[in-house]
Amino acid sequence: MTLGVVMLCHTALDRAAQVARHWAVNGCPVVIHLDRRVPDSDQKALVAALADLPDIRFSPRVACEWGTFGLVEATILAATQMLADLPGVGHVYLASGSCLPIRRVSDLQDHLAAHPDTDFIESVTTADVGWTVGGLNKERFTLRFPFAWKRQRRLFDGYVTLQRLLRFQRRIPDGLVPHLGSQWWCLTRRSLTAILSHPDRGRIDRYFRRVWIPDESYFQTLIRQVGARVESRSLTLSKFDFQGRPHVFYDDHLHLLRHSPAYVARKIWPEADLLYRTFLSDEANSLPTPNAGKIDRLFAKAVERRTKGRPGLFMQSRFPAKGRGGNVSAAPYGIFAGFSALFDGFQPWLARANDARAHGHLFARDRVEFASNEAVFKGGLSDSAPLRDYNPRSFLTNLIWNTRGETQCFLFGPGDVQDIASFVATDPNARIFIISGAFAVPFWRSGLTVAEVRAHIARLQKVEADLLALLDQPETKAKVRVWTLAEFLENPAEPLEAIVDELNPRAPDRTGALPRILPLTGFGAFLQELRNQGMQPVLMGDFPADFDTSAESQPLSSPQKTG
Amino acid sequence: MDQGLGGLLRAVRLRHRRQVLLARAVHRRRHLAVVADRSAAIRPGDILGFLCVRNEAERLPFLLAHHRKLGVCHFLIVDNASTDGTCELLSAQTDVSLWQTGASYKASRFGMDWLTWLMLRHGHGHWCLTLDADEILIYPHWQTRSLRALTDWLDTQGQVGLGALTVDLYPQGPVSGYDDAGGDPLARLQWFDSGNYQVQVQPRMQNLWIQGGARARAFFADQPRRAPTLNKIPLVRWHWRYAYVNSTHALLPARLNRAYATDGGMLTSGVLLHTKFLPGIIDRSAEEKLRGEHFGDGAQYASYYDRLTADPVLHCAASTRYTGWRQLEALGLMSRGGWV
Repeated sequence: MTLGVVMLCHTALDRAAQVARHWAVNGCPVVIHLDRRVPDSDQKALVAALADLPDIRFSPRVACEWGTFGLVEATILAATQMLADLPGVGHVYLASGSCLPIRRVSDLQDHLAAHPDTDFIESVTTADVGWTVGGLNKERFTLRFPFAWKRQRRLFDGYVTLQRLLRFQRRIPDGLVPHLGSQWWCLTRRSLTAILSHPDRGRIDRYFRRVWIPDESYFQTLIRQVGARVESRSLTLSKFDFQGRPHVFYDDHLHLLRHSPAYVARKIWPEADLLYRTFLSDEANSLPTPNAGKIDRLFAKAVERRTKGRPGLFMQSRFPAKGRGGNVSAAPYGIFAGFSALFDGFQPWLARANDARAHGHLFARDRVEFASNEAVFKGGLSDSAPLRDYNPRSFLTNLIWNTRGETQCFLFGPGDVQDIASFVATDPNARIFIISGAFAVPFWRSGLTVAEVRAHIARLQKVEADLLALLDQPETKAKVRVWTLAEFLENPAEPLEAIVDELNPRAPDRTGALPRILPLTGFGAFLQELRNQGMQPVLMGDFPADFDTSAESQPLSSPQKTG
Repeated sequence: MDQGLGGLLRAVRLRHRRQVLLARAVHRRRHLAVVADRSAAIRPGDILGFLCVRNEAERLPFLLAHHRKLGVCHFLIVDNASTDGTCELLSAQTDVSLWQTGASYKASRFGMDWLTWLMLRHGHGHWCLTLDADEILIYPHWQTRSLRALTDWLDTQGQVGLGALTVDLYPQGPVSGYDDAGGDPLARLQWFDSGNYQVQVQPRMQNLWIQGGARARAFFADQPRRAPTLNKIPLVRWHWRYAYVNSTHALLPARLNRAYATDGGMLTSGVLLHTKFLPGIIDRSAEEKLRGEHFGDGAQYASYYDRLTADPVLHCAASTRYTGWRQLEALGLMSRGGWV
């Protein structure tokens, strides 16, 4: 018994001719169905090109509009002709003009010879199928589809909606259990004959004429009627995008296709000279071990790229709306307000303890304070404040994107440009740590009189209060920890541990040297003086007027050590 | 967004604007004197290239060869009073149709009026690639897949246009540092800024507005708003009703500007490698400053031209050396989208 090939062709006929010749030369008779819509002149050219091969026949032609019964009709015509004209054919392989055998034909012949009674056709019940797109699944069989999806989309969609609204349902003919599957199959003569001579075929065909995309369901359903030995998988490799449109294989897929366990691949780009040259050559291809997983992973990744993108990247073809990732940066980062005013060497500690890059005030008014004081940081980010403030959100998301793999931390405070606050508040990757009121410490330490700094402190307190209110909103997605200055000083080591837990949970050395807290003796009196002069410092918390930090002026030790 | 009365009004205004642009283009066709019209050779489905050039004899051979190889079947070019042999060079190419004009570049919307006319006349139904003479289009898999493979993919995706980021390439030293003998500009301009692009959406036409890159960093750090626009939609399946609004940065109807995904996913996009910073830029900038033909408000850009004339060094420690499209994709400057 030999293998016969039915080819449904409509474009790139020169490639189809090449493939048909390959099949025929390798002992597989071919019946070609040419779409009725192809000009007769093209048909003549195709017939002439294959005239030297007696094993290539042409079936009567019908129009094959995508998604309609025409494709099934074409298959039936060609298959009927094949069974009638070529009694030696044991299996019939359905292929298209853009299919390409990617293993030796003899391998396929051997495989089929080893399974003479098996039908290779993907056939899955509608309830179990996972790949249909657009919600039309079971409904393919229960609604009517008189309109062409490609040309009359509005009518198509409108009519579907109307039928759903009216709860219209077609009755599925008795005994038919709808199955779906890849359009490309390989059936035995026995099964195909049984389907084509089904006693009820007239009624079944009438029913399927109004089914949506019947080429994925006609044979797949009927094969279950004829008691065949079904192996539910297609021997043809074909991949679809997330909207159900077929992927095309190009020259650069050569390596990939060689790893496929399938015998035929679809669709092949007509200009893929390398693929056609390689797979249609007579030389025996020594194929590597099939690895279907590799192919699946590649295509799954493409779907993910198309539908989920790369979080934190804003670019030419990705600019997500707010609820769809428009407020998400690429990786977690830390923002620290108030710490540098209390500690000596806070930034070096931050960098060391969190294995992070610790920038200064990235949003300082005069310039961007990158970690090593660079004028231009990674990716070409400039330290120019106007450039940063022109689009602070892009500045920050770029910074995080450019440094993927390294945690970024930066100082922030009420003296900085605040425009970024609304973004970081809603960014789930932001880790914000604030010691409220600590901004006043440098003023006290500056030695200026209270009268001189009062207005500044009042203004900054307002700014910081606004920031805290913003972070308190229900839509805040950032992880926020706020301590008042007084709270913080009660046990400074614990918040620092919390920071490491959050930013570098796997830090090997939790008990390393903590930064040195600067003496604050006299700050309480400074706050009291502010109050005396009519300003109310509230963000510092309940800071005792006689606070004495002689104990804290020593390097901090961690709770584990002291406890 | 486009709902309610406000949306309707905006739609009407944009429609009017588009009609004005088309009417201008039809009117300005008189500027164009045909030098070589080989457009009869255009077959249905051909991919067409559109350019407006002035004194680009050095760049054009590479530009034509690159895009010809990608699969541009026919170039339709307007020569704006070149004096360096550009006209002769172009009219000798069998796949170029050439028109000439001495009219003002600026008064013709920086050449877009002329190109809009040519696209209206010849581009309908074709995928049209509109470029500047110093732009080289690359896209995912461009070495192994032709432009037709790309446009075919875009067609199946229902994507009418391809977005592309303009990436300024620059040499390692001062821009005058290499001899300017034509040939492959990428051999001399190998560096770029990889991650300093600012993205926003302009609500009126829903187009992206991307600025940044080396020029914003080096020349516009004080006035970033004036930094050059880098987003483009150079490749569009054209309809005679379409019109570019502002270079190829934005199109009307406004829906065409949605060459980006807003659902968090990524569409397929490319990059225009910008080869502006060849040594010729020094003399050219001095000349352009005098001509004042390149910006709406030329005086604002005087210092920009002065700095270009002063032989600047754009390279810095944070610069990245260009190695290919996969690198650009890894950096997030272009995307394959769902194209495998």
